[in-house]
Amino acid sequence: MTAVPVEVKEPEIDDVVVPDRPWIVIVWNDPINLMSYVTFVFQKLFGYSLEKATKLMLDVHEKGRAVVSSGPREKAELDVFRLHEHGLWATMEHDS
Amino acid sequence: MIRRRVKRARGGGFELRIPADERELLRSVGPQLREVLVREAAGAQQGEDSAVARLFPVAYPDDEDRQTEYRLLVHDELLSSHLGALAVLEETADSERLDEDQLLAWMRALNHVRLVLGTRLDVTEDGDERPTSPRDPRTPAFAVYDYLTYLQGEIIEALSG
Repeated sequence: MTAVPVEVKEPEIDDVVVPDRPWIVIVWNDPINLMSYVTFVFQKLFGYSLEKATKLMLDVHEKGRAVVSSGPREKAELDVFRLHEHGLWATMEHDS
Repeated sequence: MIRRRVKRARGGGFELRIPADERELLRSVGPQLREVLVREAAGAQQGEDSAVARLFPVAYPDDEDRQTEYRLLVHDELLSSHLGALAVLEETADSERLDEDQLLAWMRALNHVRLVLGTRLDVTEDGDERPTSPRDPRTPAFAVYDYLTYLQGEIIEALSG
């Protein structure tokens, strides 16, 4: 995050030049939403496979939270909004 | 024997086989949810009512400025989305057949009711809060909550199938 390499190589340029770090969307565990519902919502909103949606749901359930999507701020805000439309407890923050 | 309440119908859409007393219950939860949403729209502050906060969660918990900006941007849209799902549930509470969009609206509206009820009942994952006596004043609300949970499960199963 600090040093700018003297000789930058292709993949590193983006990391240095782009001012916006990506945003991540986090879904938090809650005692009310059904496991099957959370899995269904992940599939429906993000087009994830049943396997991936189930894994994310289990992360939420067992670890308390899971990162479900990431991207520019506008996209993350839209994802958070759609999750809130479905009653999931979602927040967003800068990827660290 | 419990009969399936929601079934994918041949030729598209979904068949609802919900007995009259359950339809009655479904009609009765609508006004309760609307009351919470309308009160929120009238300016109840987040945090005053944890059930309201659950329907309008904070997107930026660590950034007050961005949260204020975000809320200004999306709040009305989120409110009308919640109200829209509820309107579909109320308009079709007696239907025997729903299309997929209508069933998805039922799913969201019933979940919103569960969030409000569950928050007020302090529902936990292990269920320790459950009343043990049928005379407990919370027993009827838990019965409604459990029924909605069951129906929600049926809806998700039908949608996923």
